[in-house]
Amino acid sequence: MKREMMFKLNGEAVNVEVESAWTLLYLLREILELTGTKLGCGYGECGACTVIMDGQAVNACLVPVLEAEGKNVTTIEGLVQPDGQLHPLQRTFIDHGAVQCGFCTPGMIMSAKALLDENQSPTDEEIKESIAGNLCRCTGYVKIIEAVKAASGR
Amino acid sequence: MAQLTFVGKPIPKKDAPGKVAGEAAYIQDLKVPGMLYGRILYSAYPHAKIVRLDTTKAEKLPGVKAVLTGSTIPPFKFGVYKDNPPLKTGKVCSLRDEIAAVAAVSPEVAQDALGLIEVEYEELPALFDPIEAMKEGALLIHEEHKTNVLKMPWKLIVGDLDAAKKEAAHIVEDTFRTQWVTHCCLGASGCIASFDINNNLTMYSNTQIPYLAQKDFMEALGTFGLKNKKVRIIQSVIGGGFGSKLDTYAYEYLAILLALKTRKPVKILFSREEEFFATSPRQCTITKISHGCTKEGKLLFREMEMILDNGAYTSWGATTPSVMMLPISSLYKVPNVKYTAKCVYTNNTYSQAMRGYGNPQATFAIECSLDQLAEKAGIDPYEFRFMNANEPGETTPQNFKITSCGVKECMEAVKTRLGWTGKRMQKEGRGFGMAALVHVGGGARVYKSDGCGTIIKIDDYGKVDVFTGSSEIGQGSETIVAQIVAEVLGVPIDDINVINNDTDVCPWDVGVHASRTTFVAGNSALGAAQKLREQILDLAAATLNEDPSALDLKGSVIFSKNDKEKKIALGKILRSAHYAPGGKMLVAEYFYDPPNENFDKEFKGNLSVAYAYGAHGVEVEVDKETGQVKIIKYVAAHDVGKAINPMLLEGQIYGGGVMGLGYALSENMVYQNGKIMNPNFLDYKLLTAKDIPPIEAVIIETDEKNGPFGAKGIGEPGLVPTAPAIANAIYDAVGVRIKDLPITPEKVLKALKEKEKR
Ligand code: FES
Ligand code: FES
Repeated sequence: MKREMMFKLNGEAVNVEVESAWTLLYLLREILELTGTKLGCGYGECGACTVIMDGQAVNACLVPVLEAEGKNVTTIEGLVQPDGQLHPLQRTFIDHGAVQCGFCTPGMIMSAKALLDENQSPTDEEIKESIAGNLCRCTGYVKIIEAVKAASGR
Repeated sequence: MAQLTFVGKPIPKKDAPGKVAGEAAYIQDLKVPGMLYGRILYSAYPHAKIVRLDTTKAEKLPGVKAVLTGSTIPPFKFGVYKDNPPLKTGKVCSLRDEIAAVAAVSPEVAQDALGLIEVEYEELPALFDPIEAMKEGALLIHEEHKTNVLKMPWKLIVGDLDAAKKEAAHIVEDTFRTQWVTHCCLGASGCIASFDINNNLTMYSNTQIPYLAQKDFMEALGTFGLKNKKVRIIQSVIGGGFGSKLDTYAYEYLAILLALKTRKPVKILFSREEEFFATSPRQCTITKISHGCTKEGKLLFREMEMILDNGAYTSWGATTPSVMMLPISSLYKVPNVKYTAKCVYTNNTYSQAMRGYGNPQATFAIECSLDQLAEKAGIDPYEFRFMNANEPGETTPQNFKITSCGVKECMEAVKTRLGWTGKRMQKEGRGFGMAALVHVGGGARVYKSDGCGTIIKIDDYGKVDVFTGSSEIGQGSETIVAQIVAEVLGVPIDDINVINNDTDVCPWDVGVHASRTTFVAGNSALGAAQKLREQILDLAAATLNEDPSALDLKGSVIFSKNDKEKKIALGKILRSAHYAPGGKMLVAEYFYDPPNENFDKEFKGNLSVAYAYGAHGVEVEVDKETGQVKIIKYVAAHDVGKAINPMLLEGQIYGGGVMGLGYALSENMVYQNGKIMNPNFLDYKLLTAKDIPPIEAVIIETDEKNGPFGAKGIGEPGLVPTAPAIANAIYDAVGVRIKDLPITPEKVLKALKEKEKR
């Protein structure tokens, strides 16, 4: 069944007609055409679809779309400033070689951002914990962890 | 060598900004106007006759635009062995056999339509074990083939094995097994097929082999009644390859056939589950190996018999014995070798090459067995390896001409960094292990050409467009090519734009495989850039009244090496050439095909013009109560010739190493009666960020004379010796040898119990 839904997406109020069976990921990718958030599995096991909802990193593929109603959702596209300036995490991912094929990258960055928003000087263990739900087949995680560390206050 | 500005520097990946911003468009993200969505119906049985196939109901479902079955498409087979029709008729031979395909207005409607297709099967007995399938009188998977053993007699014979066996003071013999594992690209397979009004085909694809795929599709179009039509491949950004996209597959031909039937673009995108069960993984192997050496530890012979589960159809997986031969004949000096390999049809999924191309399976057996031999000879396994290792300048028994070879340096680095000496066999439960590797590092002539082309054009302002045949699959080829061109042309790296994803504009390349891109595409880019540089210097020489040889080009300025006053901005020279009467704009082109050799009938020949070496070492702690293996320290040393980009290079070593750790310890496609029981990330265990041990990457530079700026390949080597290094360390720690991968705690415990009983 279709119905109207309001939520805040990357700082802007969005009013959109949704079907209750949709996931938040479907709304983002297929309807709003924000394809930076990736679909890697569709069932909560790879983290490629990670977005931040009210401060929490969530797997958008598991979030029923109506759960986002009234919430504040940030996607990878929302990290880029209007003047094109990248978020510090985006910069450190580039500079530390944390990106290979890049399919996991948006989700990784969103998970790391949720961590750093809460905790500016995380330990290595805390960094690993925060991205433990994000699979990467290319990098072996080493440089991803370095990049998150570099973006933190440590 | 002159001071280098871009080569050798940790320059960030050129495609990284688009990827971190979420702009990069993968096949998952592409839509073209009017596009339909295709889905595939797979077999319900691993081996069965199709008695009835009725698509009437599916065709009537609103939104369905086409339904195809094997009997409604032209007869056609694809694959390395041409044994695989895109839709099966008569019978199915595995659970991934495609039997029907639907195009509809949405993926959901297409999926619903699959549910309406009625199929009746008559189940046949099936074979899932290659050893059973090889037996006399076994049922035949493909009757017309007359036997289940592929007619690819892999065989390498060197020296006199019998004499060597008699001479040997120590001999070991054992059997090792490896499991099915899969590439697990985070970006799953997919394509969009689209015909224009003239029936020319555009394929949006995430292939690793755009030009071979183009050829495959052209041939297919010929059999579909469209001879001499043009095929254009446009690659999306690719979400990982690792060998999974080295071939063309049924889903691509089905997208083409559906597009042809509906006159609309058709997209087929795999779900994660399909990616697990309907793509072609690294096959399982059974290897019988024996080794012998003299009293002093000089290696005398190696004998290996290998059985590979080919699965029901044939892709490049069946050709991996060619690369397995590298560590079998080389890496160590071994004068007498006998190797045979059989690829066997079964009713399992069919196999493909995966990062390492057979090398990890072969190296597991070799490097474990060598440790056994060293023990028998009473020699430290490091010393044993070191004394037998390849050296620069050697010609190996398979006629590999070894140029640069840093394997001994790699072994030393591992030894030093692990603190190997005196620590082995010291503490119960703690152990050290090592394994080495050789791989092709200067291309690999497995096809008629091993070439790659490059075209470079430069505009009025000195901005450069590089059109390369090589594909970016995440490994960093785009950046490496840009660094090489920037170095030669003396322009900032940001002024280099690399175009690498369109067969209409880029020159030919054989594909991303064999760790060949830095070497081959790098040499190609180097050649084109040098030609363009000459043109630029010739123009400047006339203006500056200097000999071209006295000129240099840096920071987009051409200057005389003798007279600092004599200089001119690059853009200025280019514009003056462009706008002069009879105007000229600069373009250069270069095709590089390395002077390597196809194997001859005896599987000998210099396959690569350079060989990559490495050694991995590991310290483990084994919990005797639980069988858990903890990695305390991991060292991966690689001879790369020259690190064009140390940061990206480390990325390959870490990424390969962690993939190797998964192969060693956790990854396993569990098949039961041809069905994969764990087609998801929950049950197929990839390592996560929490699972990775401390890894040290060591780069050894040996300045390969044939390589661009001295470089060799590194894409695959990172995972080759991981499993045997760990198995050897476990043996050192607790005295049990695990001979089949993955090394799970259950296997370690079981082995410990058996050891106690003895
Ligand atoms: S797509 Fe959501 S976790 Fe994989
Ligand atoms: S960079 Fe490819 S999956 Fe992480």
